[in-house]
Amino acid sequence: MPIANHKENIIELKNISFSYGDDTVLNNLNLEVHKGDYLGIIGPNGGGKTTLIKIMLGLLHARGEIRLFGKDIREFREWSKIGYVSQRAIQIDTSFPITVTEVVSMGRYAMKGIFRFLNAEDRKKVLESLREVEMDGYQNRLIGDLSTGQQQRVFIARALVGEPEVIVLDEPTVGVDLKTQEQFYALLRKLNREKDITLILASHDLDVIEREATGLICINRSVAYCGSVKGFRMHESYSDFYKESMKIHHH
Amino acid sequence: MFNIFQYGFIVRGIEVGIVIGVIAPLIGIFLILRRYALIADALAHVSLAGVALGLLLGLNPLITGIGTAVASSVVVERLRISKRVYADSALSIFLSGSLALAIVLISVAKGFSVDLFNYLFGSIVTVKISDLYVILIFGVVVILSVLAFYKELIYITFDEEAAQVSGINTRLINMVLIVLAAFTVSLAIPIVGVLLIAALVVIPVVTAIQLKKNFLATVIYAEIISVLSVIIGIIGSFYFNVPAGGAIVLLTIIIFVVVFWYKTTVHKGKK
Repeated sequence: MPIANHKENIIELKNISFSYGDDTVLNNLNLEVHKGDYLGIIGPNGGGKTTLIKIMLGLLHARGEIRLFGKDIREFREWSKIGYVSQRAIQIDTSFPITVTEVVSMGRYAMKGIFRFLNAEDRKKVLESLREVEMDGYQNRLIGDLSTGQQQRVFIARALVGEPEVIVLDEPTVGVDLKTQEQFYALLRKLNREKDITLILASHDLDVIEREATGLICINRSVAYCGSVKGFRMHESYSDFYKESMKIHHH
Repeated sequence: MFNIFQYGFIVRGIEVGIVIGVIAPLIGIFLILRRYALIADALAHVSLAGVALGLLLGLNPLITGIGTAVASSVVVERLRISKRVYADSALSIFLSGSLALAIVLISVAKGFSVDLFNYLFGSIVTVKISDLYVILIFGVVVILSVLAFYKELIYITFDEEAAQVSGINTRLINMVLIVLAAFTVSLAIPIVGVLLIAALVVIPVVTAIQLKKNFLATVIYAEIISVLSVIIGIIGSFYFNVPAGGAIVLLTIIIFVVVFWYKTTVHKGKK
């Protein structure tokens, strides 16, 4: 079920199934993500959003076929094309002795061989990425001294510094206040529209996905819906998801 | 004060001490920030079993200590990856198991209790000339390995998932770290002792973290605290006739208390 079919395939998942022991989390899932897409992944808690993201990034091994930029994931080596902002990013150890510049520099590490350290070109890219997310005034601040919203911008900069073609974000704004969330999504919108960076955003917040994304996949162990954001409201799975969300909010 | 350098064993002890003082925090910073400091204790006890085996068989105990610690570190890491055993449980098994083995070996071969006391608490007289070369060579190997994988070690320590997605072989780097930890701990045992080595790996780094500097500066401060404690501790142990390990670790604790007090009271008050 492709979101759009006129552009280069970035990620293709075919017949993906995954279980934790006897508990089947994903069953026979198919998905294509194309260049320039802004795909929202939505679904109830425990529906498999994070598992799906980890599978497409090779962090979990599932049954089925995964192709990244047209290559089988087992042969794929151009990992700098993919930026990743994990849930982990908002749970960082605040006493970790590391500055904003050092965190963003990590995005260039995998491009260097052993015994190779960052050069002037790398440092320039680090500064450019920080400017992109408007955090260039915080270069020497410790990451633990920043607000959660500022930390998220730094993690986006770390993803950007490798000059990726796609950025995958897993629940990036949990625990972030509304105003900061607005700024954060405005930044993502700019990256998608002005830089043509493909975005894959997992969120439990349907409002955000409806407002920001161009395509939507709703998963609850298998694909409940995959298509345009507008079409989701008309789809039968919308009311199921809505009820599920209401239950969560009510509790 | 200057007379003590006439003694070969003091000079040897200080030379070895500087190597140990450099490598202990270099590995310690990654272990502590990954909440994996207990590995230093576990590997020290494993190394003790190796030392006892060496003394029993008449082999160089430093070499047998290194061998058992490195071999065990590989097994511990494999157990951790398999997730069949909790990481801290795996460490506990190795810690108590190797101590049990060491006790059995010691009781089988009576007669090296003095040697063993030195390995438990550290002594500069434990370091033989042949040990000096072994510690220097392996110490340089540890330093070069950390330099080689410095970027990767920082990345997996801070955010292992993101490091893996970026293309870093996290399994390899984790294995490198634990093997380097095994080398560091077993090389430090003659000077600092089995029971105190974990303190030298942990305390200088924890002290440096209190200073709230960037990663590289934290490593440098930890190095300074560690090397100074080792040198002053060794000289002090000679003058006061106390075990070197005890003197070194007490110094690191004094520095920690002073820094902690300064950062939490004086420095905070200035803010």
